[in-house]
Order: sequence, then structure tokens, then C-alpha cells
Amino acid sequence: MAQRNSSPPESPLTPAAGWQGVVVDWSGDREAFKVPWGKAMMWVFLLSDTFIFGCFLTGYMTVRMSTTVPWPNPSEVFALTIGGTAVPLILIAIMTFILISSSGTMAMAVNFAYRRDRAKCAALMLATALLGACFVGLQAFEWTHLIVEEGVRPWSNPLGAPQFGSTFFMITGFHGLHVSAGVIYLAIVALKVLGGRYEKSGNYQIVEIAGLYWHFVDLVWVFIFAFFYLW
Amino acid sequence: MAYSSAEQHHEPHSFWTRYVWSQDHKVIAVQYTLTAIAVGLVALVLSNLMRLQLGFPGRFAFIDANHYYQYVTLHGMIMVVYLLTALFLGGFGNYLIPLMVGARDMVFPLLNMLSYWVYLLAVLVLMASFFVPGGPTGAGWTLYPPQSILPGTPGSDWGIILMLVSLLIFIVAATMGGLNYVITVLQARTRGMTLMRMPLTVWGIFVATIMALLAFPSLFVSGVMLLFDKTLGTSFFMPAIVSMGQALSYKGGSPILFQHLFWFFGHPEVYIVALPAFGIVSDLISTHSRKKIFGYHMMVWAIVAIGALSFVVWAHHMFVSGMNPYFGFFFATTTLIIAVPTAIKVYNWVLTLWNSSIHLSVPMLFAIGFISTFLIGGLTGLFLGNVSVDIPLSNTYFVVAHFHMVMGVSPILVIFGGIYHWFPKVTGRLMNDTLGKLHFWVTFLGTYAIYFPMHYLGILGMPRRYYAYDNYAFIPASAQQLNAFITVAALIVGVTQLVFLYNLVHSTFRGRPAGSNPWRATTLEWQTPDTPPGHGNWGAEQPEVHRWAYDYSVPGMAQDFVPQNSAVAGGGDDHDQKAAGRKKT
Repeated sequence: MAQRNSSPPESPLTPAAGWQGVVVDWSGDREAFKVPWGKAMMWVFLLSDTFIFGCFLTGYMTVRMSTTVPWPNPSEVFALTIGGTAVPLILIAIMTFILISSSGTMAMAVNFAYRRDRAKCAALMLATALLGACFVGLQAFEWTHLIVEEGVRPWSNPLGAPQFGSTFFMITGFHGLHVSAGVIYLAIVALKVLGGRYEKSGNYQIVEIAGLYWHFVDLVWVFIFAFFYLW
Repeated sequence: MAYSSAEQHHEPHSFWTRYVWSQDHKVIAVQYTLTAIAVGLVALVLSNLMRLQLGFPGRFAFIDANHYYQYVTLHGMIMVVYLLTALFLGGFGNYLIPLMVGARDMVFPLLNMLSYWVYLLAVLVLMASFFVPGGPTGAGWTLYPPQSILPGTPGSDWGIILMLVSLLIFIVAATMGGLNYVITVLQARTRGMTLMRMPLTVWGIFVATIMALLAFPSLFVSGVMLLFDKTLGTSFFMPAIVSMGQALSYKGGSPILFQHLFWFFGHPEVYIVALPAFGIVSDLISTHSRKKIFGYHMMVWAIVAIGALSFVVWAHHMFVSGMNPYFGFFFATTTLIIAVPTAIKVYNWVLTLWNSSIHLSVPMLFAIGFISTFLIGGLTGLFLGNVSVDIPLSNTYFVVAHFHMVMGVSPILVIFGGIYHWFPKVTGRLMNDTLGKLHFWVTFLGTYAIYFPMHYLGILGMPRRYYAYDNYAFIPASAQQLNAFITVAALIVGVTQLVFLYNLVHSTFRGRPAGSNPWRATTLEWQTPDTPPGHGNWGAEQPEVHRWAYDYSVPGMAQDFVPQNSAVAGGGDDHDQKAAGRKKT
């Protein structure tokens, strides 16, 4: 046994086929994923955050199905009267459009970051943050509309099931906090891009990491939109 | 640049930056450990107060029913979350992950430091609940609504709010730490340290941390919703209720939803605590029996399988909740399936011990003690996993005995074993052997003295969660004698922990110098240039790994162990040996 040669250190595990090969690839030397640790960490955080939103939405669906009082019709509740006609879901359509557009500007910002075009990158990031701020502003408008005009409260709801107000304020509020945090995060990174901080370190990956977070917040909104407004 | 290396941040020099606001994973680990032990002492005292009431009912006037329930609640919550989770992940995880995978520190030291301070904040908020009007919550550690937030339950004004806020803060801390642990294992291993060469300790902590990142969100959400039910008057979990003759304003919520959310966290939590214990025990057994771990690959896959399966067994805590009976069938099945990888691990530990040269050092005693208590607790788990057996036993002391054996005492024994094992690396000194053995034997035998009779009480039908057992004709009078016996045993075990504390403090300053590798272990943390390891852990160059962690008693070697960073030929796990053999032909 002792005279048996061990494998050379450069190839600690011999390549294998099939299922074993997958294991060998994944358990490779030093890094499991060929990405910088910051990006991997953001992915894992987002996975964890997915579970938070998943639990929120599951909880919402459960109370919606188990409550005995009828659920208000979202397309009527969230309608706006424009020029005398009630347009269903118009505000939410605008908000969704703004948020999805901000993902576009974010993707362009990442592109310019890797080209080391500081001015364009920072401008696009600030534009993204501005669109995000618009979204939060419109959300504040929507909340005001619900609270002041419709009289919906977290604990009561003149339109039907009280859980409508509870889940709505909780879930959109939690998402709004995410957007607000993202706006601050993007603004800070954008200012650092402008200041040339990453030019010195030669590493713009933080822009992409911030972008990952931003796209995630958008994606979550799509699910909230589908489950809350379209159901 | 994937590594946070010594060159990136300078070595701290003042007392404050070195020991208090430290970003060094080793200091943070000690901070986590000491805080967890301190809060664990509170929980230990609470458990002894509970036992005083149960063993000698009415003798201690200051323990009224309200206090009793507050002790029960805080004991459970502190032990499960603030002691076990924090000590395994924040303490052992922080200390061992970078050292065992050959990294200089966690990948994000600042976040790691914040994790500790946020954890401390959570502990302080929880402790503050002892001093608010009404005292801490007495809702039971599961905090089931509606009772947890309604008047009548002790601490329903302030205690429950502080409890929930503290949990939410703890989850933030656990997430910040957990991201670091997972990414350090995945992305910052040293050259040659493939995942399938990592010590099982790292595997256990790694998988447990992933589970924590996926399970705590569910507790977070249920905590937020319960907090809103309490403070804003929402009705997520609150059905229409008439309380003391008055209809409350709650209506239409679902209490079962809370139970699902809570146990979707709560069951993985059992394994968040158990998997690091599995890993540590594997390493203790292999090192102190001078033999390679039996079935390393199987051990890794068992850890991964248990981690995955533990997310689909949660409703076995809810067999008596009134959920759909078909659920019970599904969850009983998954529960019994999870016993398979767990049993594989127990067999592998025993097969590692078989024919090995067992050194009955203190860490080894605790490891063997763990196998014993875990086996007993696991077997009663098979009883309770079956719906038809669980329903009559669910509300009795049988359940208390089961989970204290399997997830109370077992991980605690591993924590003790781990502390005795790694203390020489942390301080450079050995802990006192005689005091350690005294501590082990009293704790181990005390465990059986306390929990074995509880199984019997449970089968007699003695209900759990009760403050007093007067006027229950079906409970024989002899049960009270057994209860008194259990209380005496619990008090003795409780006092014996002071021996451990004394040993800890005394050995830190006066212990016998240990040298760098007193257990002659193979893993990287014992191969550091300095003991205790200095800032950056490895001096000028990070180690290079050439083999797995279990090359003990390799025939033909000069020593009976080969460190992982040794480049000599020979040894290696089955895979390496096969590869080497293939090369020869």
C-alpha cells in the first residue's frame, strides 16, 4: 500500500464520466463557480431572499383562499378614473412599465461599465435609480389612494376581506423597501463609478452585482403583479 | 481577486481593533462562542427552575404558573436559536471554516464582524424582555397564535413583541454570517482542497448554513406577520375569537398557516443544529481512534441528502393540528425515509470505531456519548414519525424526552467535545483532563437519568407543558417520585457545568501548553505556523493540500497520521488510491 503512488497534486481527481464527472467538476480545486466571490455571494443572498418573497406570497395565497369574506376585485380597486372613465389597473401598468424599463437601463450600465465608459455607466445607473425612485413615488401615490379614498387599512377593509389590506400593504411594502434600498445602493455605486474608484482598482464587477440585485427586485415585482393584481 | 488576503487589510494593533471591533474570523468566533455560552447559562438556570416546580410542586412560591411558562418558552428559544445555532455556525463555523479549507479569513470580513454585533443586539433585545412590564413571553417556544398574542398568556404585551423583534434581528445576523460561510467554502479554498477532500466538519457546517439561508426566511415571514397581528391588528393568523366573553376584532385568519411557516423553518432547524454536530463528531472519532473515517463519500452524500430531505418533513410536527390527514401520510413517509441517511451515518461512525485504536480522551468520550444519545433519540423519532403512534404520544413527556435526547443533549455533547478538541488551537493550552472527564461522566450519565424516565412518564400519559399535575387521576402517584428524581439529576448536571466553566477559564491562563498539534490530527487547522494562529492564519504562503483529511495509520508511514498538506506519496481516499493504482498499470 505504501509503495502505491499517489496521484500528482496538479490533478487531484481524475476526470470521470457521467454523474461522477458532474461531481468532480463542481468540487473542483479552489472555486466551485468560475465567478468572483462577490457575485456568488449576491446570488446566494438572492436565493435566500427568493424564499422570503416565496413565503410571503404563499402566506398571501393561503389567507386569500381561507378567508370567509369575499375578496375585492383588484381590477376595480386599482382602477383610476381618467377623463371620466375608469381604466382598470392603469397605474399598476405604468409602474410595471417603469420598473421593467429600469432593468433595461441597468443592463446597459453594466455593459458600459465593462467597457470602462465611466460617464455613460454612471449616467445609466443614476437613470435606473431615478426610475426606481419614480416607482416608489407611484407606490406612495397608490397607497395614499387606497388609504385616504378607499379607506383600506392593514386591519380593516370596507371593500371586503380585511386580509386584502394586510397582505397588500405588507407585500408591496416589503418590495418597496427592497426598491428603496436598491435606489440607495445604485446611487452610491454610481457616485463611486464617477469618482473613478473602480478605475483605480481596475474592477467594475460591483456594477454587475448591483445589477443582479436590481433585476431580482424587478423579477419579484412580476410575480407580485401576477399574483396580486391579475388573480 | 477572490481572496481576502493579509495584504488587503492591515493587521490591527490596538486592543479595540484586535479584540472588540475585530474582523478576524478567529476573534469573531470566540466572541460568538462566549456570547452563546453566556446566554446558554441563562437557559440552563431556567430549565433548572422549571424542574424545581415539576419535582417539588408548590415548594417554591416564586415559581407561579406565569413564571413557569416564561421559563419554558425562553429555555426552548434560547437553546435552539441563540445557543445551538449561533454556537455551531457562528462559533465553530467561523473558527474552523477558513482554517480547515486553508483560507486566510472569510471572504467578507466586515460583514462577518457585523454578523456578530447584530447577533449580540438580538441577544440583548431578548434579554431585555426579562425587564419589561409583564416579563418575557410565555407562549411556548413555538409561539403558536392565537394564544401567543392574546391576553392571558404571560408576556403578551411586551414580551412577545421583543421576542419577535429579537428573532428578526437574529435572522439578519445569521444571513450575514451564513453568506460568508457558504461563499468561503465554495470560492476561497486553498490549492488542492477540492470539495471532496474537505473535512466532514466543514461539510456539515456548509450544508447546515445553506439550510439556514433557506429556512430562516420562513421564520422571518411568520415573525413579521405575527408582529403585525400583534401590533397593527391584522388577521393573518387570527380567526374570529371570543376571548373572556368579548368578541375580538380579529377575523378570518389561519392559525395553521403559522404552524406551516414555523415548522418549514423549525424542522430544517433541527438539522441546522445536527449536521454540524454530525460533521464534528466524524472528525473527532476519526482523529481519536487513529483510523480513517468509514465511507467518507457516503458520509458527504448522507449530509447532503439529509439537508435536502429535511425540507419536506416539516408537517410531522403537526399531526395533531387538524390538517388534512393525507398530508400526514406523506409527511410520515418522508420522515421515515430521512432515517435512512441518518442511520448510514451512525453505522459509519460505529464502523470507524471498530477495530481502531480508541483513545479515550475527553473529546472522544463526548463523541461516543453523542452516538449513544443520538441513537436513542433517533429511534424514538421513528416512533413519533408514524401518525398513529404520534397522536397518543404527541402531548406527553415522551416527545420531550425524544427531542431533548436527539437535538438537545446530542448537539450539546458535540459542542463540549468540540471545545475540548479545539481549545488547544484557540489558546495554545490543553484543558484539564481530570475535570473534563468528571464533566463528561456526570453530564452523560445525568442525561440518561433525566431523560430515560421521561419516556416512561410519557407512555404513562403524563402531559407536557403542564404547570402542575394535581387532580389527574390517571397519573399514578409514583410519577411524582420519578419527577423528583429527574429534578435532582437535572440540578446535579446543571451544577456540574460550573466545572466546565472553571476548566475553560482556568485552562485559558494556566493550562498545560499544547504545542501546535496535540491530537496529531491531519486537518489543516493543526498545521498553522503559529499556535494560536496569527492574523492571516498561514504566514507567508497558504498551504497546498495533497490528500483527504483522514490519512490515519497509513501502513508504511513514519507517523500514524499524514497532514493534508504533506506531499509524501501514499495514503489518500479510495478515489485517490484507485487513481494511483490505475496510473500504475
